[in-house]
Amino acid sequence: MNREIRLKKRYAAEQRFKLYGVISILTALFFVGLLLFKVFSGGATAFIKTTIAVEVDYNKELLGFEASQIPSMEEVKQADFYDVTYQAATGFYKFSNDAEEKSIRTMLSGRYEQEIKNYLLNNPDLLGKKEVLYLTTSDDVDQLHKGNFPRDIPEERRRINNFQLQVYDALVEQGKIKTKYNNYFLTNGDSRDAEIAGVGGSMMGSFFSIIICLILAFPIAILAAVYLEEFAPKNRTTEIIEININNLAAVPSIVFGLLALGILLNTFGLPRSTSLVGGITLSLMTLPTIIIACRASLKAVPPSIREAALAVGASKVQTTIHHVVPLAMPGTLSGTIIGLAQALGETAPLLLIGMVAFVVDIPSVPTDPSASLPVQIYLWSEQAERGFVEKTSATIMLLIGFLIIMNSLAVWARQKFERKWM
Amino acid sequence: MKKLNFILSLVAALVVTSYASARDQIKIVGSSTVYPYATVVAERFGQGGKFKTPVIESTGTGGGMKIFCEGVGVNHPDITNASRAIKSSEKELCAKNGVKDIVEIIVGNDGLTVAHSVKAKDLNFTKEQLWRALAHDVDVNGKLVANPYKKWSDIDKSLPDFAIQFLVAPPTSGTRDAWNSLVMSKGCTKVAKAAYEAAGKKSKKECAKVREDGPAIEAGENDTLIVNKIVSDPQAFGYFGYSYLIANQDKIKAAKVDGKLPTLASIQDYSYGIARPLFFYVKKAHIGVIPGMKEFLAEFTSKGSMGPTGYLADLGLVPLSDADYKKVRTAGTQLNTISLN
Repeated sequence: MNREIRLKKRYAAEQRFKLYGVISILTALFFVGLLLFKVFSGGATAFIKTTIAVEVDYNKELLGFEASQIPSMEEVKQADFYDVTYQAATGFYKFSNDAEEKSIRTMLSGRYEQEIKNYLLNNPDLLGKKEVLYLTTSDDVDQLHKGNFPRDIPEERRRINNFQLQVYDALVEQGKIKTKYNNYFLTNGDSRDAEIAGVGGSMMGSFFSIIICLILAFPIAILAAVYLEEFAPKNRTTEIIEININNLAAVPSIVFGLLALGILLNTFGLPRSTSLVGGITLSLMTLPTIIIACRASLKAVPPSIREAALAVGASKVQTTIHHVVPLAMPGTLSGTIIGLAQALGETAPLLLIGMVAFVVDIPSVPTDPSASLPVQIYLWSEQAERGFVEKTSATIMLLIGFLIIMNSLAVWARQKFERKWM
Repeated sequence: MKKLNFILSLVAALVVTSYASARDQIKIVGSSTVYPYATVVAERFGQGGKFKTPVIESTGTGGGMKIFCEGVGVNHPDITNASRAIKSSEKELCAKNGVKDIVEIIVGNDGLTVAHSVKAKDLNFTKEQLWRALAHDVDVNGKLVANPYKKWSDIDKSLPDFAIQFLVAPPTSGTRDAWNSLVMSKGCTKVAKAAYEAAGKKSKKECAKVREDGPAIEAGENDTLIVNKIVSDPQAFGYFGYSYLIANQDKIKAAKVDGKLPTLASIQDYSYGIARPLFFYVKKAHIGVIPGMKEFLAEFTSKGSMGPTGYLADLGLVPLSDADYKKVRTAGTQLNTISLN
């Protein structure tokens, strides 16, 4: 009898234990889900922009040509577009004074002039004709259209004045306001106008940094790991080195930033704010991660492989390079990818080497100044303008996307190429 | 081995090219308060098409000065932004490192705004009340004691009956420096000052000490975060630059300080008590070496940007009065340097 009660108790305890496990997993998932929901619900709209349908008259005389003249491409490029753009930007609604004229013009983004000009350069046969273009609106109109601004508050508290609201309502009624895919977000550099700001520049910066990090860290880490694991004598010195490498992997990343500031910038005089310096700094941070991963996979290669190679007359170097290292590659590669993914999301060391910067021009070489994706998130989250809120979330979405891709690649590489030893 | 050689030579080549190439892009460091204005000017300047867009780092005023004063040459920044005037210790550092000729430009004025949610009742603070709410030690009945005030109504019956919650900027920021000199030391009572002096301490430093028992909440450099916090809690207050009020008027409003609201007019004539000028400093030695320096200065100090109807005013920068503007414009075009002594 007593035994049965005890048995029941033990079963109940087991059930409870399992339940605790399930609850903790669900809690963790709930928080991840909450985070993703917040980011995705806030950021999805950044990929859409609001446009206004505007009729543009590419009149030859307005551009300063004769009506009968057939200007060359070069002449069109040099032409003064002011009259054409001004007419288009003020022509979509009737106004009666200067204040209203300015209100209408500022409903469009600061880049409408380039948009109108570029459209003609891409479609040269429109010269002398009229065409309806969808011009990007200012971020205030954009945020209003996306419902992020309340309308039922006094005018002085609103970013949009009463006249602009009236114009907006009229345009919506005429079907002249349309949402389109935001082509600027992925291709443009940073900007202080939220509607044309993009992550193109910081994506390039991150790309260069990661490539430099890979070029530097991967060969050094593999050589170090192979030497330590296969050739180095096991003694006090190598033990100390091993402990140091493990410690290095746990050092806070900001320390590497300080190191880079002191040595790379101040002593060697490398340029500030460049992805070259960023890449070198991140490679210092990634080195220990790769070394540890590589050593673990080298250890997992069974000694019988080495013995077999040595038995048929291979030298130590041949054994290592021809047999052991290739077998250890899958583990090393996935370790490398995880290390790079970590480096991609790193901000702290970049603060110190000046990559937290406003860079408009998209970098074309690693020695150009640039920002990086996580830094872009940090910079935009500080902006006062409402339009940057969704941009911040969208950049987080991109970064999470890249991290998921890299981590899945690591898992895939391990599963695809890994050999199981019986 | 060949691969390794190739990689090493590639890295060496990169290092060498970066050494050899002269910089063709203006580099700016410094205050995060001036950053929103400087970036807009830089972007417009770049759109002009003649020069590359300047690169602007947001390092904070103190950090910017340190980098700026490190030396002359393409490896050092050309301009630093500051939300306060250059300190004498920083002048010494500059002089020591050979940065001798510095041009000072006043960008405009900024009003530190004491803000709260639009849902809250309108309020009026005196500087003394603000000091009493935030100071580490205050005088009660002529004696200096650790700050006893938990609620606003403990300080003055006219103030609301709820707990003090005030978000303050971190000690490293220029905004905090300005707050200390314009509110904390001005609001500090004579009794407290006398008590500090009698104890042989510097009253200016001691008056600015912020309480650590909860009501003063230290927030990060991120002003958007402070805005979000005071929006979600109508009993919380925070202070930040005027531009954040302009951009978020649908959610927050300013409290009066000594009976004055921060407006363009009251900040410009300094009748609003917590107004301060914003600066940037230029290395004269870099003008003519880095392309576009002169033109950038001209663009920044032009009427179209800094003037009363310029584009910086739209962002919440309060333009200088006519007389001050003329002085700044002259400094910007004639490149008058400041004395380092």
